[in-house]
Amino acid sequence: MPSPAQWAGQVLFYVAAAGVTGLFASWPTWSRLPPDQAQITIAFAHGGARKEACRKLTPEEIASLPAHERRPSDCRRERVPLRFELVLDDRPLLARTLPPSGLSRDGPSQLYEKLAVPSGRHTVTVRLADSGRASGFDYESRFELELRPRQNLAIDFGPDRGGFFVR
Amino acid sequence: MTSLRGIVRAGFDRAEALLGCAFPPAWNPLLNLGALGFFFYWIVVGSGIYVYIFFDTGITQAYASVEYMTHEQWYLAGVMRSFHRYASDALVIVAVLHLLREFGQDRYRGVRWFSWVTGMVVLVLVFVAGITGYWLVWDELAQYVAIVTTEWFDALGIFGEPVARNFLAPSTLDSRFFTLMVFIHIAVPLIALVVLWVHLQRIAKPRINPPRGLALGSFVALLVLSLVHPAVSQGPADLATVPDEFGLDWFYLAAYPLLETLPAPLTWATALFLAALALAIPWLPPMRMARAARVDLANCNGCARCFADCPYNAITMVPRSDGAPFAAEARVDPSLCVRCGICAGACPTAIPFQRARALSPGIDLPDLSIAFLRERVEAEGARLAGRGRVMLFGCGEGVPLEGLASERIGVVRLACSGQLPPSFVDYVLARDLADGVLVTGCAENACHARFGVAWTEARFARSRDPHLRQRVPPERLRTLWAGRLGRGALEAELRAFARSLEALPPVAPPRRAPGSREPAEVHRA
Repeated sequence: MPSPAQWAGQVLFYVAAAGVTGLFASWPTWSRLPPDQAQITIAFAHGGARKEACRKLTPEEIASLPAHERRPSDCRRERVPLRFELVLDDRPLLARTLPPSGLSRDGPSQLYEKLAVPSGRHTVTVRLADSGRASGFDYESRFELELRPRQNLAIDFGPDRGGFFVR
Repeated sequence: MTSLRGIVRAGFDRAEALLGCAFPPAWNPLLNLGALGFFFYWIVVGSGIYVYIFFDTGITQAYASVEYMTHEQWYLAGVMRSFHRYASDALVIVAVLHLLREFGQDRYRGVRWFSWVTGMVVLVLVFVAGITGYWLVWDELAQYVAIVTTEWFDALGIFGEPVARNFLAPSTLDSRFFTLMVFIHIAVPLIALVVLWVHLQRIAKPRINPPRGLALGSFVALLVLSLVHPAVSQGPADLATVPDEFGLDWFYLAAYPLLETLPAPLTWATALFLAALALAIPWLPPMRMARAARVDLANCNGCARCFADCPYNAITMVPRSDGAPFAAEARVDPSLCVRCGICAGACPTAIPFQRARALSPGIDLPDLSIAFLRERVEAEGARLAGRGRVMLFGCGEGVPLEGLASERIGVVRLACSGQLPPSFVDYVLARDLADGVLVTGCAENACHARFGVAWTEARFARSRDPHLRQRVPPERLRTLWAGRLGRGALEAELRAFARSLEALPPVAPPRRAPGSREPAEVHRA
């Protein structure tokens, strides 16, 4: 049977163990962003144009194919990389060339980026080229924004919605 | 690696000794880490089942349902939630301590690699379960965990679309994702339980329940913590806002700030390297082990005592293969044998009195045989002189024995205290090789080979075969389970024992049967 001193020692141990467990279960605290900053999250997945245009097969070429593989045209799967730019208040903040995903490079290009910016009024311009053109862009949007501290502004892209849009 | 092990082991030795001041050996928390892990696991499961009754898996309902539990039904569901949280934290703590202790004790290499590797798998599963649990509350911390986790996996580039896009804005959030998380949070602990079962396959009589005193103390500590400092949610998740300062559970989420701030290729490379290192560590370097225990069928009568005593399930009893008139014979699986020699200590044929033919027990360690131990005992006994002579048997994992041998103290090192057949005590006294026998080893309840101390005590107490012979005077036999820090205690015990032996009359000459060269009551197999 433990002595009173031993019982006291056990209580001390349990208090210490519970204290350590309770303490580090929620402390020290963590902060992701300085309090006066906001965040712009730009995230989309979009497939660029095919790298090569489809070529119409001649009747001879079609006839030479096995019956179950005959098709009117030959389309290569590979897509062009996208070019993306984000300009904040006329200051380039992000420029990326986004390669297509997949082993055959035929999947959509992806972008997921978080940018910490000062809160307040901003003009955000986003541009995207998905046709493989060497210069210029296929999509461009300009947003006048009032970002409050810690706001997370999400910018998405969808061709069916006309290009970039704020969520 | 050896020096690192030494540092870890020394730290645990001191901590165990410190806790030993307050706890009886059976209750010492550091000597029950695995059992405590199971205990906390069951608390997590029990409290989780209760909490799940009130939990709503919808995106908007999840937070509200947890808030209801925490504030409206604080006296039961709230306490259960706190139990769930803190028992999960305690589980990680004891699991990591258990891992470190086994590392320090060098019980992760050689044949023990299996327990190490499966234990690592369990640890990973515990973390997965814990992290998905934080996700489900759907508060600011959950938002942080969800985004950092998915961003980290997205960095692999294996998903057609970034998974983190699910958490781009409130409109992108899908309840089905939540349902998936609930499924993972329930399924992973069940998988962990299966792996835990596998983890225990290579040890006999695993202790999966802590002693009642320790269990009660741990339970009350969790209850008090849950009442004094209940687990609460942080602000509700809002994907349109970056969470402000929030509390992080550092037991589960300590790596998250690093995952968030360091480049993903670096964190992935580090994580994979550490995972590979953790799995490969039993072979860094490979353990050079002595030869496994070997069965000598000519002397094995299939009594199964070695089978009953082996702490690592290395021995099985199989049908007799040599035509001898016994039902079974022992068979050793070298891939399970840790070379502790407890089997030899249990063998009824490990009798040092045996002189008619070479001493070869039914089961023995080839590299530290019973015959060799007898030679050592006789050599040490022949060296001793004067009164109060002590034959000290000790294991290599207990009190350091270096420098203890003297004119009055003979020292014989064993693989484990359980390797000592009780008949050796009788032999030492009957042959007047010493005036008394002292057996020492690991601290009580901390035997390096699990059962060496317990079996030795039981054999000496004549409650477990092979029994110590009745004719051994109790005043001439002592045990001291002092552990590696017990050198001072052992020296003091040796002095006190020698003094008490001096006060006793000389050892009585053994009775001999007429015409026999051996004492009359020699064990026969």
